[in-house]
Amino acid sequence: MTSDTDTLLAEDPITGEEIELPADVEVGEIIDSPVTGTELEVISLDPVVLEEAPELEEDWGE
Amino acid sequence: MRVGILYSRIRKDEKLLLNELRERGHEVEKIDVRKERFGLESTTANVDDLDIVVDRCLSTSRSLYATEFLDSYGVHVVNSPETGDVCADKAKNSLALAEADVPTPATEVAFTAEAALEAIESFGYPCVLKPVVGSWGRLMAKIDSRNAAEAILEHKETLGHYEHKVFYIQEFVDKPGRDIRVLAVDGEPVAAMTRTSDHWLTNAAKGGETKSFDLDERATELVERASEAVGGGLLGVDLMEVGGAGSGEYTVHEVNHTVEFKALDAASEVDVPAEVVDWLEAKVAAAADGEEVAP
Repeated sequence: MTSDTDTLLAEDPITGEEIELPADVEVGEIIDSPVTGTELEVISLDPVVLEEAPELEEDWGE
Repeated sequence: MRVGILYSRIRKDEKLLLNELRERGHEVEKIDVRKERFGLESTTANVDDLDIVVDRCLSTSRSLYATEFLDSYGVHVVNSPETGDVCADKAKNSLALAEADVPTPATEVAFTAEAALEAIESFGYPCVLKPVVGSWGRLMAKIDSRNAAEAILEHKETLGHYEHKVFYIQEFVDKPGRDIRVLAVDGEPVAAMTRTSDHWLTNAAKGGETKSFDLDERATELVERASEAVGGGLLGVDLMEVGGAGSGEYTVHEVNHTVEFKALDAASEVDVPAEVVDWLEAKVAAAADGEEVAP
């Protein structure tokens, strides 16, 4: 789904609501849901599919 | 150049790096380590003809194994698995710094709650208990009393993972409400910031307020030596001021090998991703010229 050149539209996987993403978003990128604030992962771009990002694991970090 | 990026999630840091690489016309191969397999002689990841691979794995275990395998195939990977191995483990990190005579907080490791309690009592209160593997200030404990020590040790013993039975105990450094994060490439500082908080943990991930910081000669020297102590690379060196802000005396408490830089990029005037890509280009050029490449 595409709204205009600056944003993409996608379905929030948690609420089902339509949300806008920056047009330069890419696969693997983590975004915050504007609806719930939940971290979402971009799974694919064509079509745009989002999933709830994996929860923090103990060995994550720098 | 052709640059591989090992990742499992694209954070703001990776996005900044990807954008800079692409703007300069470099070819980028994104390698999602969750989808790949690593055999003894080859991998499903497309690493052929890559000039360099940058490890940006969020997970320490994935970072260590993926870089180890790529290195075994002869792929030029930064940071090297040797650097990752030292930086990922706080005990190894402390040992490397101490062996290089870099000032670092007094530290002891113990393997039972009883021995850990003895170490805590010998440090006195407060002192600090940290997991040997971990980041962002998670599961760090400032221990103010024997009662607290006994409770925390009991909790750690029941956490399950064997690493929680490696008790890493450290003197509490009375820092002036801030510590210093320096991003360095092979020991050369790129940018630095202070992280300030009323809380004893000042990590940016814990909400510490960040501000650009000018390194003095002593801090610059310590960053260079700390980098060398862990094998060099793209590193986040963390220092604390001892004797008050601006004292000019420091202790290096940690060197991070998959350093985040979005906060530093925002806090400083330096274009951090541009500096990182400059460094990658230099590494690749040096390798092409047949020079010995620092890890």
